[in-house]
Amino acid sequence: MFVKFLNAAVFAGTPLLFGTTGEMMNEKAGHLNLGVEGMMAMGACAGFMAGYFYDSILIALLAAFLAGMLGALIYALLTITFMANQNVTGLTLSIFGVGISNFAGEFMLVNSASNTLKLPEQITAQISNINIPGLTTVPVLGPLFFQYNIFVYLAVLIAVTCGIYYNNTKTGLNVRAIGENPGAADAAGIKVTKLKYINVLAGGGICGLGGAYCSMIINGGVWMNNPVNGQGWIAVALVIFASWKPYRAIFGSFIFGAFNILKYYFPKTIITLPNALYDMLPFVITALVLVMTSIRKSKENQQPASCGVNYYREER
Amino acid sequence: MKKLLSIILVLMLALTLLTSCGNNEGQQPVSEGKEASGEGIFPAIAKEDIKVGVIHIGNPADGSGYSYAHDQGIVAMQKALGLSDSQIIRKNNVNDTDPTATEAAMLECIEEGANIIFGTSWGYMDTMEALAQEYPDVLFSHGSGYKSNDRNFNNYFGRIYQARYLTGIAAGLKTKTNKLGYVAAMGKDNSEVTGGLNAFAMGAYSVNPDAKVYVKVTNSWYSPEEETNAAKALIAEGCDVIAQHCDTPNPQLEAEKAGVFGIGYNSDMSKDAPKATITSAVWNWGAYYTWAVENVINGTWKSENYYGGMKEGMVDISPINEGIAAEGTAEKIEEARQSMMDGTFNVFDGVIETNDGSTVGEEGKTLDDATITGGINWYFKTVVEK
Repeated sequence: MFVKFLNAAVFAGTPLLFGTTGEMMNEKAGHLNLGVEGMMAMGACAGFMAGYFYDSILIALLAAFLAGMLGALIYALLTITFMANQNVTGLTLSIFGVGISNFAGEFMLVNSASNTLKLPEQITAQISNINIPGLTTVPVLGPLFFQYNIFVYLAVLIAVTCGIYYNNTKTGLNVRAIGENPGAADAAGIKVTKLKYINVLAGGGICGLGGAYCSMIINGGVWMNNPVNGQGWIAVALVIFASWKPYRAIFGSFIFGAFNILKYYFPKTIITLPNALYDMLPFVITALVLVMTSIRKSKENQQPASCGVNYYREER
Repeated sequence: MKKLLSIILVLMLALTLLTSCGNNEGQQPVSEGKEASGEGIFPAIAKEDIKVGVIHIGNPADGSGYSYAHDQGIVAMQKALGLSDSQIIRKNNVNDTDPTATEAAMLECIEEGANIIFGTSWGYMDTMEALAQEYPDVLFSHGSGYKSNDRNFNNYFGRIYQARYLTGIAAGLKTKTNKLGYVAAMGKDNSEVTGGLNAFAMGAYSVNPDAKVYVKVTNSWYSPEEETNAAKALIAEGCDVIAQHCDTPNPQLEAEKAGVFGIGYNSDMSKDAPKATITSAVWNWGAYYTWAVENVINGTWKSENYYGGMKEGMVDISPINEGIAAEGTAEKIEEARQSMMDGTFNVFDGVIETNDGSTVGEEGKTLDDATITGGINWYFKTVVEK
């Protein structure tokens, strides 16, 4: 039962991991992008529809990534090039993304034969839980590590790559410099605008993948309106919980996933708590993390200093 | 704003009187309404002139679930009475926790000339009550809820618990582990959900006294990931038939993925999960909508509450998926259905044991409608909250 609980936690945490990694890439480059929900929704719709028509996981993933990037491109253009307010732009992107994804999804539904959109066989097999002969059957370890769908491994892989990128590569360190102080980075010869664009767009694409997870895995391969349904907002909180560290995001996401499902697994024979209390837990803990990091004043666990502030070269 | 609007309207009316040109069609329903107020009886309306407003909480285009089921009812009514598409005014995605949005949607309906407005979700209740006062010549009909007045505001719902009892029979016969799962949108204190859950458990108990019903509450009518997670937890506990009272087919899809079975709700969910859904408890809102609109057309509308069941055709179960249902399911269900039809059996009959050891009801009596709609906050003895 406990292994099943952990399985379910990973299942519930995966979309959050995509969203968190994506948002983290934005914030590392100094851009607080509140449009995660919207980018995820766009990815959800594009990924699902691509999967529906082309019956291939690769094309679906590509479409989701591109759709997320498209959402991020709107945001990047407005905030990086045109210096629009980041909070407002992000919020509108959320509303826009959810709206356009529902609009497109509904359009397809109305025009479908039986008023339902279900993914075809091949892709359903491709996104179902993997089975590695010899490994999946190992007791405890097998079900714990070797029986998830492909998205889960992809999410962890992306988060780890992201961690290496920001901690161990020169470009990654340059991006962090931009996030802390774009003026200084610019003076040091780093191409600020270019790197900002790359990171914001890549982050958006990763969010899009998370959306595809929601529409294709969580909803069992049947299209439904609002497939993301608020996961993007939790991802924004998770970035704080993970204190802007990609490796921590992996554990953070799965911990949030665990909190999400705790109410269904916690034995009521021990103590009966209202459901609302369980739903509240992740956010209470996020608030506690915020309080603790600000008390300790450790510079390492803070938000990138210039996050939320647009960089205007002529104002240096 | 309203004052300004009414002044403009009066001016326009005066203008039309002065110039005596009757071209002002857009305003007519409102002005007519104002003049006719004070009369107690609603005159008959020609079939070609009636307009029907519908307020949906979701989007009927979802192809499944609550709003879809309601809209299928509207479509059925439209077909049965031969109304044209332009006579139906739909307002979709109207958030029922937002009174401003609700009011705006209903005022739009009135402006477009609706004679009767159906509000399909619980939260529209108070807004409808207020608007019914303000517009005494528009009829307001509210699905679920409990408020009404004696003139132009009634409420309608159905005995979905009767259908749930029948689905419980299918589940009780099917289960091998004697563990049935139930994804419930709301907790014990919600009588609509709890009554349905109890009926399901009682149906299962009637054919398989060893079957327990495990319940997981999502606290939300519509939440795709919560519903999936709840179903997952039930399956992990060993449940092999997953029933649901929530809006997405996700529990059915999750059951299909895990190779177990399910009982759908709202509309026939075998469309979504053909390998898992044995049958679904479904609404046939068309039964009420046709009845109500027909009454408006004939001038026989009375503000009385409607609580239709199996007999009226308001609720039913979708065709049993013979490929996966246990043997003899159809016969057992037919037997129970007959006893409901002829009134010898009303589900909540006699003394009922609850899961905390107390009892509800009296020998030889059945629970009254007020208790069923608002007072079921106990679980039947086979229900397990874990």
